[in-house]
Amino acid sequence: MLEGQFRNPSGCAISGVIDRSGRRMSGECMIRSISTMHDRSNGLGGGFAGYGIYPEYKDYYAFHLFYDGAASKKETEDFIGSHFDVAFQSAISTRKTAGVTDAPVIFRYFVLPDSRKLETRKLDEEEYVVRAVNKINTEIKGAYVFSCGKNMGIFKGVGFPEDIGRFYRLDEYEGYAWTCHGRYPTNTPGWWGGAHPFGLLDYSVVHNGEISSYDANRRWIEMYGYKCNLQTDTEVITYIVDFLLRKKKLTLGEVAKVIAASFWTTIDSKPEEDREQEILLRKMFPSLLINGPFSIIFGYTGGLMALNDRLKLRSMVVAERGERAYIASEECAIRAIEPELDYVRAPRGGEPVIFELNGGVK
Amino acid sequence: MKVVYVNEEWCLGCHLCEYECAFANSGDTDMVRALKDREIFPRIRVEDGENDVHFAVNCRHCRDALCVKSCIAGALSKTEEGAVVIDREKCVGCFTCVAVCPYGAIMPDAEGKAAQKCALCTDNLMGEPQCVKHCPNRAIVFEDRG
Amino acid sequence: MEPLFVYPEYEIVRDRESCITCRVCERQCANEAHRYDEFNRKMLSDSTKCVNCHRCVALCPTHALKIKKSEDTYKLNANWTGDALNEIYRQAGTGGVLLSSMGNPKPYPVYWDRLLVNASQVTNPSIDPLREPMETTVYLGSKHAEIVRDERGRIKDTLAPQLKLKTPILFSAMSYGSISYNAHASLARAAEQLGIYYNTGEGGLHRDFYKYGKNTIVQVASGRFGVHPEYLEAAAAIEIKMGQGAKPGIGGHLPGAKITDAVSTTRMIPKGVDAISPAPHHDIYSIEDLRQLIFSLKEATAYKKPVIVKIAAVHNVAAIASGIARSGADIIAIDGFRGGTGAAPTRIRDNVGIPIELALAAVDTRLREEGIRDNVSILAAGSIRSSSDLVKAIALGADACYIGTAALVALGCHLCRSCHTGKCNWGIATQRPELVKRLNPEMGVERLVNLVTAWTHELQEMMGGMGLNSIEALRGNRLMLRGVGLTEKELEILGVKHAGE
Repeated sequence: MLEGQFRNPSGCAISGVIDRSGRRMSGECMIRSISTMHDRSNGLGGGFAGYGIYPEYKDYYAFHLFYDGAASKKETEDFIGSHFDVAFQSAISTRKTAGVTDAPVIFRYFVLPDSRKLETRKLDEEEYVVRAVNKINTEIKGAYVFSCGKNMGIFKGVGFPEDIGRFYRLDEYEGYAWTCHGRYPTNTPGWWGGAHPFGLLDYSVVHNGEISSYDANRRWIEMYGYKCNLQTDTEVITYIVDFLLRKKKLTLGEVAKVIAASFWTTIDSKPEEDREQEILLRKMFPSLLINGPFSIIFGYTGGLMALNDRLKLRSMVVAERGERAYIASEECAIRAIEPELDYVRAPRGGEPVIFELNGGVK
Repeated sequence: MKVVYVNEEWCLGCHLCEYECAFANSGDTDMVRALKDREIFPRIRVEDGENDVHFAVNCRHCRDALCVKSCIAGALSKTEEGAVVIDREKCVGCFTCVAVCPYGAIMPDAEGKAAQKCALCTDNLMGEPQCVKHCPNRAIVFEDRG
Repeated sequence: MEPLFVYPEYEIVRDRESCITCRVCERQCANEAHRYDEFNRKMLSDSTKCVNCHRCVALCPTHALKIKKSEDTYKLNANWTGDALNEIYRQAGTGGVLLSSMGNPKPYPVYWDRLLVNASQVTNPSIDPLREPMETTVYLGSKHAEIVRDERGRIKDTLAPQLKLKTPILFSAMSYGSISYNAHASLARAAEQLGIYYNTGEGGLHRDFYKYGKNTIVQVASGRFGVHPEYLEAAAAIEIKMGQGAKPGIGGHLPGAKITDAVSTTRMIPKGVDAISPAPHHDIYSIEDLRQLIFSLKEATAYKKPVIVKIAAVHNVAAIASGIARSGADIIAIDGFRGGTGAAPTRIRDNVGIPIELALAAVDTRLREEGIRDNVSILAAGSIRSSSDLVKAIALGADACYIGTAALVALGCHLCRSCHTGKCNWGIATQRPELVKRLNPEMGVERLVNLVTAWTHELQEMMGGMGLNSIEALRGNRLMLRGVGLTEKELEILGVKHAGE
């Protein structure tokens, strides 16, 4: 069976780093970090997201695509050509790497929505992009957009994450923030699109866990135009965050209180103002509570958010050293790239930890 | 002290308490063997009135018990806790107590030679008042009302 | 004309060895099936009068009584069954409509028993409800709200009024009149203790129970019995009863004998005269009329109370529910064809409507397809027999479940299905004072609280097993269910996979 035709729970490793001064670092550090947690992956998926990696095209949506052949590429490029202005396109350069086989055709496009089409559709720009990406992913067989944000990019595939990193030459990219993911699926999908991070616009999610509320979350979010084609946790989490953040305009802190809501008993003991807001959020979005074990790093332009499920059923630690902040499934993954830390701690279940650029996005 | 009270509102007049009382004080361990084809002499009696009023009557364990005062043989006495009890060995069967009890809660026993009354199942092997335990509508209760 | 004699379906069997002639059976049988033969000092029984309510069996101190299915039989015939013949004999004798009570007893498929629940193994942990919080609190009402912030950036409460339940169970509508004062008192007090709700049914609200208003749902049915401003004001929510699972398409009928002084005052109808609620609401002949009634009730209560619309599960239930969800209702209650009743024409009870499992799944799916599931909460009703039925209903998409029959059984009901005779030996479906007093509310409350508490514990155990710690995460979580022995079509409607998939 193919990815998306069945529910595919995975165990995983995640890691992330951000330099809050905006200094850019190469992807090599993430490769080293994730390789320390080699045993948390099983070679069936790995991936990275880098932020600030395309400064020369920072105002363009960077589409990363997998193709299974020339036909799907042609069909997709016709579609992109008629809906977007393409500033630059090329194959994503890769390096022959042992352990990475059966790679699809991988292309990159820097695009902006066609202004006349955007005008007639009466959509905001981001919604236009989301719909176009959805259309490609659901309607063009053999084509898959796996990254579509501005000044960021996702790189992923089937293999161990460190091999995938080398395959994509991530040592040659520089970003102010990186996240990465090693996958331990309990099935053997062998499809590159099924690897993580999962992205939507500039949002990316890496996740370790298996959410037991999956179908409740999926069936609810699908009411709002999302389609969970991959049937993975990461996909539904990304859509939920997108819905709450982009469509409902909640703050990141509020999003955390919806998806990893405090227990009612905890809420009851809070000061009145917090209590009222948290009760209200739980009353408004009950079906977006994510239950079961998860630890996620949510990446967005200018920041990373770490969040555990409310019982903290998955390991995750955060650490800081000067301007750099780290998040990982295991402490060793942080020590591997920064042995001297100001502190390292395990956030409580449901406690969002947010690290953002000091000066905002440059 | 906890004694047996009856809430008339909930008494259904089913008379089960009478049979449970008779069984409890029969000394037998099998209800059928104890009560089958026998007339019973329970220490609790259900009074059935007009309009479906029912009321199970038994000893109130009066603070100032007339029966104790009137007993010519010293068979009736109050325990330390306040329960009114009868010593069958001392009873001479004059039944003055039966006559003076304002509630009709003392009566001759099965042989008619001594008086009997409720001792809250402290004088049998049941351990707790059986009329209370088996009342199907919780009309009979065992409580301390001061 | 006397109907032909029909041999009773059940026989009273007395073990003469064990009978101590205490006469409890005689005193407790309102149908006078037992009597004492003074001359022979023996108890006699007349099975023709027995309704098989088990009151005598339960109270016999020596367990000398049992009721068994009669062995008397006509020539066996798979088509013309004994029941079919007997019903014809009765109708030929009386010319009347056959009446029955409680839910549909026929052997239609029970889908709850064809659904299995999941549990966590290895890839994620089950959660131990004895050691971790396990949340069963649920809010009912429309969740559809825009995010509006005040000047300080805080989110304003723009939600429609909500009902808070500590556990996803409510007591179904059962009117005062169809059930006794003491049954109502038990339900009201238990609802208060449990932090849930009971429902007045269409019989109005007795003055004594206004104090339980914050745990009361008042019903507005086609007869409008007992409806006045104070009644609406007293309640936490208002339910418009459009239909009932046991008798879709018809109204109610409370015999005059049950209309005592107190029932008459509460319902605001004459004493001793049959109370007949019409089949439809005569001010609702279409969906737009329903909308008007919903908003009339909201106007009358200053938009402070959620309005529930209760419908019977009928063939096009999904479309009907979709219409209701767009009509201003906050909650839709769906009552399946196995739901109980105090009296219904037998043919209707046994042949009209569809199972709640299919209706619930169809409604939840349809409302999601149309993107309006958030407009309303869904209550499932119509024979929720246990906590596992409850779990499955919530996983199919219900926000909470109404329990009626289960609550009555907790109060002592033995499903003899003779409510319509008014001689309930358990003091539930009767207004005769000597029978009503058989239900001591102190015991009734305790038994209801015990039942709901026990179910809640079981619900928590099953949730924990699935790796859930909040009831919200179970709602509509159909991947937690698998079907066994169901056809492709049934699985498709239920929206679940087959076991093994």
